[in-house]
Amino acid sequence: MEILKQGAEGRLYLGVFKGEKCLVKERFIKHYRHPELDTQITRQRIKAETKAASRCQNAGILAPRILHTDLNERKIYMEYFGEAITAKELIQRVVADHSVETAEIVLKNLCTQVGTIIGKLHANNIIHGDLTTSNILINPKSENKDFKEYDIVFIDFGLSHYNQGAEDKGVDLYVLERALLSTHSEQPYLFDYMLEAYRKKCGKDEGTIVAKFEEVRARGRKRTMIG
Amino acid sequence: MVCALGIEGSANKIGVGIIRDGEVLANVRRTYVTPPGEGFLPKETAAHHRDFIHQLIKQALKESQLQPKDLDVICYTKGPGMAPPLLIGAIVARTLSLLWEIPLLGVNHCIGHIEMGRLITGAVNPIVLYVSGGNTQVIAYSNKRYRIFGETIDIAVGNCLDRFARIIKLSNDPSPGYNIEQLAKCGKNYIKLPYVVKGMDVSFSGILSHIEDLADPSKRRNKRKKAEITVEEPEYTKEDLCYSLQETIFAMLVEITERAMAHCESNEVLIVGGVGCNERLQEMMRIMCEERGGKLFAIDERYCIDNGLMIAHAGAEMFRSGTRMSFEDSFVTQRYRTDEVLVTWRDD
Repeated sequence: MEILKQGAEGRLYLGVFKGEKCLVKERFIKHYRHPELDTQITRQRIKAETKAASRCQNAGILAPRILHTDLNERKIYMEYFGEAITAKELIQRVVADHSVETAEIVLKNLCTQVGTIIGKLHANNIIHGDLTTSNILINPKSENKDFKEYDIVFIDFGLSHYNQGAEDKGVDLYVLERALLSTHSEQPYLFDYMLEAYRKKCGKDEGTIVAKFEEVRARGRKRTMIG
Repeated sequence: MVCALGIEGSANKIGVGIIRDGEVLANVRRTYVTPPGEGFLPKETAAHHRDFIHQLIKQALKESQLQPKDLDVICYTKGPGMAPPLLIGAIVARTLSLLWEIPLLGVNHCIGHIEMGRLITGAVNPIVLYVSGGNTQVIAYSNKRYRIFGETIDIAVGNCLDRFARIIKLSNDPSPGYNIEQLAKCGKNYIKLPYVVKGMDVSFSGILSHIEDLADPSKRRNKRKKAEITVEEPEYTKEDLCYSLQETIFAMLVEITERAMAHCESNEVLIVGGVGCNERLQEMMRIMCEERGGKLFAIDERYCIDNGLMIAHAGAEMFRSGTRMSFEDSFVTQRYRTDEVLVTWRDD
């Protein structure tokens, strides 16, 4: 199989499953971890990824279809988006190609869509667990790949879980905010636009979740950081 | 040519270092060691620093064979840290600056660690894992700042280790973490502990409460549960607990570092901070790097654990790139985030 890249959790290959071109994600043995811990984590994450995929499908959220899993071989076979780029790349392209003002308008549109989807995820109690712009794919709709019209596909659900509580949703938002601020520090408005759209879609617990999010944030700020 | 003297005293170490253009001339340090089962408190720590700072400065000058007039800048730790110990360093630095008529410069402690690590290892643009008693951060440089990609959402990894060492009454000499590391080498059985990773962030407080209960079930905070348990619980040895704690929390740290590497498309890792001299952590990180064709840079306790040299070096870099500080700004601050500092000395 042709290796595409080595991600954070495993290696990605281009494969074929029942005649369909697909992406194979192999969570290979991490020799730095205790074998027991490694097996436990790997099984947990493969299961989380497949479960989240079907939950997303039921909720009308785009995520790669899971074609096949093999816990013994530590592999997941899933839908492959060959034309797609990550949201991180798209943001960097938009910033490079446009003036500061135009870039903000274009990115506001993107962030509103992303925020809406995260709201939908949480309204369905799906906690992604690792929201970054590397884990959001932009899949062009038209042939000419100009990324004017696109689908937004969330990937890497290995750290995801199902939880109704506001705490986990708040932490999920905090992780996203931190990832945006560190990766796209020159565009500090991204998260605000996402949160604005998020609040409209995240369901009846909106107030509690946002309050929890502020609380999680405060925990980080209050920490004294000695030595 | 910049010749700098640095004073570090943000936690329980007081250190003085002298550096001239990347050449180490002196690096001396004293650690405030508390009895087993006790942590260090601000007031007593400050008193310790007060007692030793003069002799450390004399010793550093003697080792470097320099006169005060040879120095270009006096650097001190501006933060983050405990206020009373920080103040000792700041007051002495201010006094020396006025006495010897040498410019004064306040340095961010975290930046000191990073720059020291880069100098000693020669790493150019690594992902930095900064792990100590008060900090747990995954940092990468971009556009004139050290940006924090991942960090602990509650207590620091070193704090978790120190507090566990106190519970099982390990000696604080030379450091609680070192003694845990030695005990862990004799551990055989892996005890399952919570494993908490949230994206590029981690959390340790749940693990600490869990292992507290395992180490001493009689002190279980949830009394209701205790009453229900009638069967004898298995006794865990200190060795196995230390071993399992290290395996679990270091695996979490390596995982978030790897995630940051993938996210930033970087192939180098640098470990700094007091916990960074743990050989098991270094070994795990090295294996992770090898498995993805990367490279690990690690340093030993002389430069890893808080020291005056790192403050001198980071200060010298700032001074060289034109940063100056007025006397009125020579205060200290307990909260001073790594990403607040404008990195004037790097052009990449």
